[in-house]
Amino acid sequence: MNAIILSAILGVVLMFSGIFVSNKVMLKNIAIAGMVLLLAVNIIEMNGFRVFDVNTRNMLQFNRFGLLFNSIAFAATLLYFLLSARDITRVGINVAEYFALIFFILCGVALVSSFNSLLMLFLGIEIISIPLYILTGSDKRNLKSNEAALKYFLMGTFSTGIMLMGIALIYGAKGSFSLDTIAATINQGRDAWFYAGLLLLLISMAFKVSVAPFHFWTPDVYDGAPTVFTSFMATIVKAAVFIGLVRLFDIIFATSGTDWKLMVAVLTAATLLVGNITAIFQQSVKRMLAYSSIAQAGFMMFALFSINSYSKEGIILYALGYSLATVGIFAVLVKMKDYTFEGFNGLARTQPVLAATTTVFLLSLAGIPLTIGFFAKYFMLASAVKSGSHLWLVFFAILMAVVSVYYYFRVIQSMYFKEGAAETEPVSSGFRWLLIGVAAVIILLGIFPNMVLQYLYF
Amino acid sequence: MPINSYIFVAIALFSIGVIGVLTRRNAIIIFMCIELMLNAVNLLLVAFSKMHLADAANPALKVATNGADGQLFVFFIMVVAAAEVTVGLAIIVMMYRNTHSVDVNFLNRLKN
Repeated sequence: MNAIILSAILGVVLMFSGIFVSNKVMLKNIAIAGMVLLLAVNIIEMNGFRVFDVNTRNMLQFNRFGLLFNSIAFAATLLYFLLSARDITRVGINVAEYFALIFFILCGVALVSSFNSLLMLFLGIEIISIPLYILTGSDKRNLKSNEAALKYFLMGTFSTGIMLMGIALIYGAKGSFSLDTIAATINQGRDAWFYAGLLLLLISMAFKVSVAPFHFWTPDVYDGAPTVFTSFMATIVKAAVFIGLVRLFDIIFATSGTDWKLMVAVLTAATLLVGNITAIFQQSVKRMLAYSSIAQAGFMMFALFSINSYSKEGIILYALGYSLATVGIFAVLVKMKDYTFEGFNGLARTQPVLAATTTVFLLSLAGIPLTIGFFAKYFMLASAVKSGSHLWLVFFAILMAVVSVYYYFRVIQSMYFKEGAAETEPVSSGFRWLLIGVAAVIILLGIFPNMVLQYLYF
Repeated sequence: MPINSYIFVAIALFSIGVIGVLTRRNAIIIFMCIELMLNAVNLLLVAFSKMHLADAANPALKVATNGADGQLFVFFIMVVAAAEVTVGLAIIVMMYRNTHSVDVNFLNRLKN
């Protein structure tokens, strides 16, 4: 509750500070301070103290899983602000509004991670989506940004329509939006409506997290949006919608006792295949990362496939590892003059720190041991093995992880083994130290993943 | 009137909306079709709400709710749809300023 209310208040505060403060550095500092406050307040709530105690009539339910995810999302956003806030202030003139919209998105994130009613799920998803349409189109004179915004908007509202139809059918079958009531009356009443509704709900959520075959908007939107905002979209937002999906599956699908597992397995395999194979053929690193985010969504789908304690630990680790690494890579990418693979040629000589940290991030995304990405993938696959059915999916996922090594290592090869003089924007020493810190955290958690997971239980 | 008639009308409106989104090329018409989908859902929710109210009046069925929250949901959908219209029309106007067209076939610059 703390995070939901405070993030909305901070959004309004930043909108007003846009009127009174014209200094961009000052606005950046206000946003960073607000983010620190938000993270602190959420950690306080994890320890059992609520600043705002509101009776939500069981529409929201705050458990450790959701609160821990909130903390991860807020920490990742804080890191994103520290690394990229200066680039956010360069996108356009409405600096305060960009920060305000990001705070509103975080409000939606906190709703999606704690909903206990389909109404709150719908509101959370919309509070995430609508500011994102604006951020995608924030580079107003750039035709690619316009196009990405329109495409994202049309696809997003279309999938919202499908989601609402699903919710309406579930309501028709059960007479309530509350997940508890739906789970308690799972096999009573009008089953045909209920399953049709669940299917539509699943399709619309698959749209939002870009699961194949509903992924086709993702590369275009991620490519066209300003790079700083792509970073936010591809990491924190995507992980948040996955957490919502896990909650939904945990409570409704797992108890409905139907053979939804085969369907999820097919979606997972399709996502892994499409994401990895298409990423190989990309010429631009930004577009490659867009496809790689589809491929990573395929791994996150394992959390839906096998609902057990392993998969919950796995999705938390995955959200953290993927967010850290991708925010880091995008922070470096924003500084590059040329986004193609050739643009990275010889980066190791011109900017050794950037090249070394980017290597760590890419290794983590590929799932090489001693990085957090390895344990994230390990937990996901272990949960699928533990659930005991459809083992072919595990082998297929390992095969696809091997394929992903090819395109991640292509960047490393460009940076270290190719001749060239990669050009970057001027980079401050604070930025370098921060990247080194992120890389250190990735390696540290790759050795001791329990440092995060223990918070799930105590 | 039986509930089935309402469901048929709502599904028909929803399908018209979906087909419109998939086949039309004008951004504003696509947008109208999406609104049609949302309003089909509104109609369905209100019809279900009345149906659950009738169920609640029948003591043999023992349902937990009286169906009021379905109508409440409709208000939220209206508010969210209004917010979406604001953002969506702004995006379409921004697009029109740059390309002097609202045809979505213009949207092919991002392919490679």
